[in-house]
Amino acid sequence: MAILVYVEHTEGKFKKSAFEVVSYASALAAKMGTSLSALAIGAIENSELLKLADYGAQKILHASPDSVKGFVNQAYASIVAEAATSEQSDVVCLSNTFSAKGLAPRIAVKLGASFGNGVVDLPDLSDGKFCIKTTAFSGKAFSFEELTQLKKVITISPNSFGVTEQKTSGNIVPFSATLGSTDLGTLIKEIVRNTDKISLPDAERVVSAGRGLKGPENWKMVEELAELLGAATACSKPVSDAGWRPHSEHVGQTGITISPNLYIAIGISGAIQHIAGVSSSKVIVVINTDPEAPFFKVADYGIVGDAFDVIPKLIEAVKANR
Amino acid sequence: MKFLVCISNVPDTTSKITFTDNNTLFNSAGVQYILNPYDELGIARALELAEGGKATITVLHVGEISAEPTIRKALALGADDAVRINSKPKDAFFVASQIAAYAKDKKYDILFFGRESIDYNGAQVCSMVAELLGIPSVSIAKKLALEGSIATLDREIEGGIEIIQANLPLAISCSEGISEPKIPNMRGIMSARSKPLLVIEPIEGPDFTHVLRYEAPAQRGKVKLVEAGDAEKLIELLHSQAKVI
Repeated sequence: MAILVYVEHTEGKFKKSAFEVVSYASALAAKMGTSLSALAIGAIENSELLKLADYGAQKILHASPDSVKGFVNQAYASIVAEAATSEQSDVVCLSNTFSAKGLAPRIAVKLGASFGNGVVDLPDLSDGKFCIKTTAFSGKAFSFEELTQLKKVITISPNSFGVTEQKTSGNIVPFSATLGSTDLGTLIKEIVRNTDKISLPDAERVVSAGRGLKGPENWKMVEELAELLGAATACSKPVSDAGWRPHSEHVGQTGITISPNLYIAIGISGAIQHIAGVSSSKVIVVINTDPEAPFFKVADYGIVGDAFDVIPKLIEAVKANR
Repeated sequence: MKFLVCISNVPDTTSKITFTDNNTLFNSAGVQYILNPYDELGIARALELAEGGKATITVLHVGEISAEPTIRKALALGADDAVRINSKPKDAFFVASQIAAYAKDKKYDILFFGRESIDYNGAQVCSMVAELLGIPSVSIAKKLALEGSIATLDREIEGGIEIIQANLPLAISCSEGISEPKIPNMRGIMSARSKPLLVIEPIEGPDFTHVLRYEAPAQRGKVKLVEAGDAEKLIELLHSQAKVI
């Protein structure tokens, strides 16, 4: 019956999405009337692990096998599945990060569990069922699915649930798992981080720009506005296709799907494929010269105007209000 | 070498998404189906790596006969042969079970998938197949190079890239950056018609999820327009009304 939440960390530090998934799992445990254990893998200080107790994780398992250097989805899946079995957890929760895409489906296969990908809300448990809400058609719809197996693995869409403090006293328990010889088929050679920037999937605010910016040389002001707002930068598909911006910034149906609190789209007309990737943003602001741009139909706030006039004014306004 | 490229048949990216039967079924009326854009990247990279006869490429699709134009497109791009497992794709685990059962004794060196299908966005099948076959996998690969039986890949992570070395056989899910989509040429289109397309029946396989219904996202209220000359008002509204900055 119990719940296990696997909590990812980056070089020994938890991100907001980690506290969010613990908050979610804790709310789910309360809803199901059961207990919650958290599991972290790899080198991380006890003081950091104990932060999970602020969000409702009482029992905090920590696995740090010598043979596993960094993330290997096979080995991590073995550890999480073994922890789920030893904790008698029927539900395993993870944040839907890039790593989780390689990890969570493996855990589901190991446990013979139903898998729910990218849920955006707590499940509906009426009639003894377990029904999740998730996005489908790249944000163009929601899908309600019943997970029919006794065991379930679910990943939670970052920014869909929020972080809720629920202080409890944490208890760290070392956990060791048995790894198979075939569990280490991949090896990380190097990690390259853009340390100077807010990462787009984690960002609470995003400033995004399209062809209306006319060329890559004009992104300075977009970056300045983003920096002032504590936002990540993003772009439309034509912009990344033209090589003005890296592919990792492309949001939309064939890029990444994001759900920040604030999405500011500048010089992006709002093709259906682009809107699909950002439609679950809480507040959408559109700045476009064309009052007929389809993006205005799904925006909360808008300015009909030229990016080259409006962005500098916004920059001034943010500076003045600080 | 032997490559297997697994493909899905999905609604065109410009499709309006509507539902029928009390919102329980996707309304495919008038919808143009295409080769899943991420799978196209997988085919493109497989073709590059196979150039000069270095590998054979089989494309595999789990689905009904209606997907055959999409399968033929993959053949037109340059795949050698195709297999269709004749079944409605019930859920990701069902599809993964079919692919794993087919691939189990065929000794493929690399299994290519798209990072996700743009309809159900499960992003699950690659990792499930790899787990069922007991082989390594890399999800959301942006780069793939081969040297002998060692693959080097770039995997996307939040705010960066992980450079990974992996042993073959290997399953990968392909993302933007790994290659560019290719357009079939006339010769490819002509020869695709005569390339082998084997249809096999599915194995008994369980599905672990049932779609109950779909729902359109909530409509937003009418847009609140701010005069271009009055941009600071927008910042004020975002601060005091929307409370997002």
